[in-house]
Amino acid sequence: MNWEAFWLTVRLAAIVSTLLIAIGIPIAYWLTYSRWRWKFLVEAAVALPIVLPPTVLGFYVLVALGSRSPLGRWWESLTGHTLAFTFEGLVIGSLLYSLPFAVQPFAASFGAVDSSLLRASASLGHSRAQTFRRIVLPLSKAGLVTGFALSFAHTLGEFGVVLMVGGNIPGVTRTISIDIYDQVETANYSSANETALVLLIISFVVLSTVYSLNRRPWVAGPWK
Amino acid sequence: MEVKIIPAPQTALPTSAQPISSELEVRIRKRFSNPEGSFNLNVHFRALAGFTIIFGASGAGKTTLLDCIAGLTDPDDGRVAVGGEDLYDSEKKQNVAAWKRRIGYVHQDLALFPHLTAEENVAYGLHTLSAAERQARSREMLELFRIGHLRDRRPSQISGGERQRVALARALVAEPRALLLDEPLAALDRPTKSSLVGDLRRWNQSHRVPILFVTHNGEEVFALGDEVIMLDGGRIVAQGQPHEVMRVPRLETIARLSGFENIFNATVVALHEDRGTMTCQLGKDAVELETPLVRADVGSRLRVGVRAGDLLLSTENPRGLSARNVLPGTILRLEQRDVIISATVDCSGTEFEVHLTLAARDSLQLEPGKSVWVVAKTHSCHLMGM
Repeated sequence: MNWEAFWLTVRLAAIVSTLLIAIGIPIAYWLTYSRWRWKFLVEAAVALPIVLPPTVLGFYVLVALGSRSPLGRWWESLTGHTLAFTFEGLVIGSLLYSLPFAVQPFAASFGAVDSSLLRASASLGHSRAQTFRRIVLPLSKAGLVTGFALSFAHTLGEFGVVLMVGGNIPGVTRTISIDIYDQVETANYSSANETALVLLIISFVVLSTVYSLNRRPWVAGPWK
Repeated sequence: MEVKIIPAPQTALPTSAQPISSELEVRIRKRFSNPEGSFNLNVHFRALAGFTIIFGASGAGKTTLLDCIAGLTDPDDGRVAVGGEDLYDSEKKQNVAAWKRRIGYVHQDLALFPHLTAEENVAYGLHTLSAAERQARSREMLELFRIGHLRDRRPSQISGGERQRVALARALVAEPRALLLDEPLAALDRPTKSSLVGDLRRWNQSHRVPILFVTHNGEEVFALGDEVIMLDGGRIVAQGQPHEVMRVPRLETIARLSGFENIFNATVVALHEDRGTMTCQLGKDAVELETPLVRADVGSRLRVGVRAGDLLLSTENPRGLSARNVLPGTILRLEQRDVIISATVDCSGTEFEVHLTLAARDSLQLEPGKSVWVVAKTHSCHLMGM
């Protein structure tokens, strides 16, 4: 069992899922309440990581982070090194990779809040922002927990994006799934099994927590 | 239409119950849809402090009207003003956001916040006040509505009538400049209803704001109304005191809504100008009714409305009665509604609905199949155009 890779992965997943709460809530809010006619395009873009091969996503993230892109150059001028093959780069890749797993449960739970409550809140003198904070968010608790847990679990198990963006640097970008791959490559099956089992158990525990909280199936796909 | 949203001045809530002289002026045109198609809501009225009943069948545009006043829906054009202040004016391109209008709105589904207690629900609209004042004011309001003991319960833990009280208290505690009530009593039994109406009246004696009260229940009109506005197909078809609007039904929609359970097609067969009455034949059957005289020719066709509560039943052919219409028939059905028995009586092919008390049913031993006589006074028969 490679504990270094294990804790690196847990740290990555915790950072990504926490950031996704902050990033996902505004996106989900917009997707729930916007009446923009081209909204479906944004919905599709947010859902892309569900269907896209992680290598494709990882490839474009790598290009975007590289020193030829404006983002990569800006980061380089700031820190003196590129984002590619760093832990920070891994965080950015994982944010994109797990975005729909946070945004979709958020948006679904915002949309499930009875609109008559929002109307009542408005006629009681609350602005949209106040209503969101005092009515929508508290009533979406289950969706927020679900989004957090799913993006956590999803980040734990990512492989393709990590390999493309982070490479395989021990202690920096080598996550559990890469570690398992390495061990299988070197025919170290018992060690691979040990690590894989840990990942399997953690994922199962996280998911059963989500389902016990919600008691209703979570649907991956276009949300209402 | 492009309408600019102008923020209303943020005024602190008055700390005491000050009587605010406010008049609600509404002039609205708005296209709306209901299951039967799409209509134009086109109304213009003023509502003074006190109850104004908005009366109409479902789909008449009542809820659309309230939504426009509350600012939850934008009218196509028109003007909404309360106490002289414009809330919406299409000409001035003015549209105050709903949350700045200070108009209380209680919808039929109440929309209590499920994650908050009764007290937190009531305090919700007082968010601009300090915590201490918020608590004092909401507790006072809970007491006024006799639900002080429920303040720590969630909406799911209290009864329907209690929820109604919480919803009203929540709307009133914020001292709205006008109050919109969309069938707030519809789901309540009669005793709960009348005690709630009493509480609402008591509150309004000290506040004097316009209260628009939407209903499709004729009884509520008489129980509450200072003024009735009758809405049909998006238009005001009648307006005035309840007894003016409700007792003289010139329009069939009004008649049906104001509780004429019996409405028949009739043909005038004889005029008795000397007695001020005439004889009408119901349908194609041989049932004749003596009705008040109206300007009509023999052979002209009319509609006759009779309230079920204005009819009497007799188990014997009555003698020595002043009532001019005594029709033999047979009881088809007896149904209990609340504390009223609704009897359907077949009189030579015409069915009458008659309302009786439980005691009358028992002492007369009424049951389906029993022969009875239906008695109607001449002036209980109301004539309407076709």
